[in-house]
Amino acid sequence: MTFGNHMLHLLVVLFAAIFTDNILLARFLGMCSFLSVSRQVKTAVGLGFAVVFVMTFTIALDWLAYRFVLQPYGIEYFRFILFIIIIAAFVQFIEMAIERYSPVLYQNLGIFLPLITVNCAILGASLFMVIRDYNLAEGVVFGLGSGIGWMLAIVSMAGIRERLNHARIPKGLQGPGITLIIAGLMALAFIGFTGVLSGQ
Amino acid sequence: MMPKKKTSDVVLTALWDDNAVFRQILGICSALAVTNLVLNTMVMGIAVVFTTALSGLTVSYLRNWTPRVIRMMIEVLIIAFYVILFDQALKAYWPDMSRNLGPYVGLIITNCIIMGRAEAFANANPPLLSFVDGFFSGLGYALVLLCVAIIRELLGMGTLLGIPVPFFSSPLWDRWIIMVMPPGAFFTLAIIVWLARSIQPVEEPKKGNK
Repeated sequence: MTFGNHMLHLLVVLFAAIFTDNILLARFLGMCSFLSVSRQVKTAVGLGFAVVFVMTFTIALDWLAYRFVLQPYGIEYFRFILFIIIIAAFVQFIEMAIERYSPVLYQNLGIFLPLITVNCAILGASLFMVIRDYNLAEGVVFGLGSGIGWMLAIVSMAGIRERLNHARIPKGLQGPGITLIIAGLMALAFIGFTGVLSGQ
Repeated sequence: MMPKKKTSDVVLTALWDDNAVFRQILGICSALAVTNLVLNTMVMGIAVVFTTALSGLTVSYLRNWTPRVIRMMIEVLIIAFYVILFDQALKAYWPDMSRNLGPYVGLIITNCIIMGRAEAFANANPPLLSFVDGFFSGLGYALVLLCVAIIRELLGMGTLLGIPVPFFSSPLWDRWIIMVMPPGAFFTLAIIVWLARSIQPVEEPKKGNK
């Protein structure tokens, strides 16, 4: 494979992760925080950036751990535990580092970091990485794309929900109900991207 | 933390009053992802019931020996242990299903329901009661999943468990392909949540501490 082809392939992985195979709208990962933290655009953006950042780095760490620790010993079934520990440790470490060196960033991003440990999108991305047998570059690009895709979805949702404050919604449908319906409509829109990659 | 409870109360609360999906809106991820076919959903439901029940039992047995500060870590490890058991068994005896479910069996670990039950119930109650609570919480979750799956497979494919259903598989019924695609999952769950919440409105402040 030439360098150009390789770059093109990575670009396809990135594009697929953001649009056609959006981790939230097509794979349903990270729904809990998607439903509860999508009331305001500002907080959604904060959480979105935190997810992009953590996802990109943990997927790289998980890849290294899988390739150099689990595979040589033939203990791939320990990946669930190991990945969770890596994610939790990474989030903890980043939180301390940000608090120490950048108080401003900590104020904006810090409160979201603990939420991320339990965000299933992070673990899910790593598990997809294992199942699809990505190499390190593909994995990192996939993590970045999935994070961006997740952020795109939650920020758009927050934007829509801010407008919804003035709408009259049936009682039982308020909150999670209407959010799910909007998510369905968004998923419908994202299906429109499917054809873009079929030429590949 | 909690007074002693009767088993029947625990069962009813777990199944309906505190139903994980439409009351507490927990564990939605896998609720949506695996419900395009009824068969997948049943296997996933069994996995969740298995894990919640046994992890509740184990967490409860160990609760007096677990130091408070690291109890979350211990709980995650216990849950992960059972998930790995199930995942390996599935891979060994039913590889096709294991491939269908993909990463979602592993993601049971981060399913907030199981952690939630361990934290809120098993930590403060005797083992057998925790087992019952876990079992029925898992079952309540699995039943909602099953409802979603039945609606989706019937409307989308005209089949149930792969068997054609009279009216829905005939040419009279235009298959709603959208139902087996991701948006169908959102719409179906939204309507089920709507119905459940209309029948019995949720008191908002009650669940503040979870």
